[in-house]
Amino acid sequence: MNPRRKKRLMAIVAIIFGIGTSVALVLFALQENINLFYTPSELIEGKGPDKQKPYVGQKLRIGGMVVPGSVVRDEDSLFVEFKLIDTGPLVTVRYQGILPDLFREGQGIVAQGHLTAPDTIEAFEVLAKHDEEYMPAEVAEAVKGIKHEKPVYNIPKGY
Amino acid sequence: MIPELGFLSLTIAMALCILLCIYPLWGAHTGNLRLMRAAPALAMGQFVFVLLSYLALVYTSLHDDFTVAYVANNSSSVLPWYYKITSTWGNHEGAMLVWVLIQAFWTVLVAMLSKSLPWLLRARVLGVLGFLGVGFMSYTLLLSSPFESLLPYFPVEGRDLNPLLQDPGMIIHPPLLYMGYVGLSVSFSFAIAALLTGKLDNTWAKWSRPWTMAAWAFLTLGITIGSWWAYAELGWGGWWFWDPVENASLMPWLVATALIHSLSATEKRGVFKSWTVLLAIAAFSLSLLGTFIVRSGIIVSVHAFATDPARGSFILAFLLVVVGGSLLLYALRVAEVKSEGRYQLFSREVALWLNNIFLVVATLIVLLGTLLPLVHKELGLGSISIGTPFFNQMFSILLVPFACLLALGPMLRWKQNKIKLVFNKYALSWLISVIVSSAWLFSSYEEVKVMTLVAVMFAVWIAVTSIIDIGQKVSESSSISRGLKKLGLSYWAMILGHIGFAFVIAGVALTSAYSVDRSVKMNPGDIASLNEYDYRFDGVKSIEGKNFTGHAGIVTVLKENQFVVELYAEKRLYTIGKQFMTEAAIDDGFTRDLYLALGEQFDNGAWSLRIYHKPFVRWMWLGGIIIALGGFLILFDKRYRRRQAPQTTGNKGVMA
Repeated sequence: MNPRRKKRLMAIVAIIFGIGTSVALVLFALQENINLFYTPSELIEGKGPDKQKPYVGQKLRIGGMVVPGSVVRDEDSLFVEFKLIDTGPLVTVRYQGILPDLFREGQGIVAQGHLTAPDTIEAFEVLAKHDEEYMPAEVAEAVKGIKHEKPVYNIPKGY
Repeated sequence: MIPELGFLSLTIAMALCILLCIYPLWGAHTGNLRLMRAAPALAMGQFVFVLLSYLALVYTSLHDDFTVAYVANNSSSVLPWYYKITSTWGNHEGAMLVWVLIQAFWTVLVAMLSKSLPWLLRARVLGVLGFLGVGFMSYTLLLSSPFESLLPYFPVEGRDLNPLLQDPGMIIHPPLLYMGYVGLSVSFSFAIAALLTGKLDNTWAKWSRPWTMAAWAFLTLGITIGSWWAYAELGWGGWWFWDPVENASLMPWLVATALIHSLSATEKRGVFKSWTVLLAIAAFSLSLLGTFIVRSGIIVSVHAFATDPARGSFILAFLLVVVGGSLLLYALRVAEVKSEGRYQLFSREVALWLNNIFLVVATLIVLLGTLLPLVHKELGLGSISIGTPFFNQMFSILLVPFACLLALGPMLRWKQNKIKLVFNKYALSWLISVIVSSAWLFSSYEEVKVMTLVAVMFAVWIAVTSIIDIGQKVSESSSISRGLKKLGLSYWAMILGHIGFAFVIAGVALTSAYSVDRSVKMNPGDIASLNEYDYRFDGVKSIEGKNFTGHAGIVTVLKENQFVVELYAEKRLYTIGKQFMTEAAIDDGFTRDLYLALGEQFDNGAWSLRIYHKPFVRWMWLGGIIIALGGFLILFDKRYRRRQAPQTTGNKGVMA
């Protein structure tokens, strides 16, 4: 093999090795950090054609509407507990901290956290969409078909 | 009347732009100088009419003309005048008009400052810019005109500007960002024009470089200010969310950063030519992709804009034409592009090449993390999100080799280097940085994480090598002042860029490791402590702005019982949209920020408060500004000053 070819071969081997390592790293990191999205009914009844349910301890995202009247606050800490609904069963979300400005009973929110019991989530983050259209898109899709009260100040488009 | 004139004006601009696309390109193809010479005038005409159109929108907004849908949806009569102006880029349609305006502005700048280019190249550059202009302008005119009328039924009051956008950061952030995004179209056009002409010589690189630097510097500033806005306005103390919309701006930045490095090698040594062209195409394509992501509503985001399938399809189609067309041209012509320089393994060329590899890998990671949820969903596998930890993990892995290169690269010479020659400098600088950073961290903090120490060490190392390098270069001259004079502006640009980056690394590392926060429920008179500060809650007072009312939590900050500052953390209710907004109170400092956000009121009169202590957070933005300054500095380099080339008076010039 002449030196020039040898050099090329070395370069190619190095590149393949580099790509291989990076792909492995990326896949590993992804596996750890992909959070599946569930709606309350998917969480309880299973998701997809094979009705897959999350396991206790899994990190996930859940989106639904805050059930009116379900918000319970602790007297002297920032602990709060509320229930989420989409079209069927209820799921309890427990959260310690300050809720976003747009958090309301009857509005859509997304919570991120760990499943601590089949129907309970310990959230470390609660998001409400920062926009005048209250509904996070994921939630909007999940609650399609059920009546959602639009805030009255919305001037309909084309009015 | 005024909005109609604005629309008309935009239509005229569009007509001129179509001519700008056709005439010079056709002229260059057939060698017709007269057609080519029309380009600068057309560019000027286009700019003037777009400007008139934009001014019409500003006028409409300032005069509360709610017969115009855009104004009715994004402004109100009680909005302060400066936010009325910023409302023109506060939402989709207006932002597109500003985009078109900035595109026209860059085009006219290129037209005026390219007199020394041969007409063939000049005409093609302007023609390609014209083509891009046609794309964006037809999109604005057909699918998202900000002049759409609500007549005959229009509201008496507007819906007000989204309160999140009512912030000083939002006044300057979008225009800067667009200057960057759109500015990349100039380097793109140069690349395409050079491919069309079939001449990728040093002139091309030399011309492209200052334009690319300018666009990149604007982009840097735009992203920096965007991050600062998120920090000040969103009220959760964070400055980077790895949100699709943020990633959309980061991707072109990463590739443009690779591009400016690769361009410098192409200009000085005639290497990496085909790669540089590819990067120029990629950078602008990613800025288009970013537009697609942000404007189509295809990706779920906390601050995604409009959701409209027609718009999404248009941008996607335009994206495919631009990317597909340019890649096709590239494939056809790339064989003719040959790099001349030769270099050894241990040389600045290789350092720059590796730098490019890392930046491109970083871009791919962001691209993957941004698009994977979308692909996943489209495949029917359900909705997923890729968390911040993924990006953080990947970037902290990439940072180590990248920062290493950043410190080593500038000391290397072109072509080849003997390791022995620089080894002493490396060893010395490495020793200094290990000592300095360990001394700093271990004396200030009880617990030091390895990753934090490593990051700070690299930051210090980059700074130290830069200083040693300056010292070395100066000492080669007979006197210090003469030595300093001899260093060119592009050298200083590099030094500033690198030192700015060191600030960013140190800031990110320290603030991620040592930021602490507490959420507390407080009654008036209560004191909460965090680090060495005590926060006394003195109750709330009512506040009233022009278009909002609300409460401000009064908090007195004490350090060892000494008064530090009194802060007002506001909770505003914007009256028209009935939207609550948290306006954080920030006491900024060079080494730490105290950051307070007011939560909600409880039945018994208590309030929830969130207290953050964020060390060195300001260094990130400082770093970003220093980097951008470096970028702007190169524009003053004498090498890029316009030389009046032999003017093209006849057909002779065309063939030059």
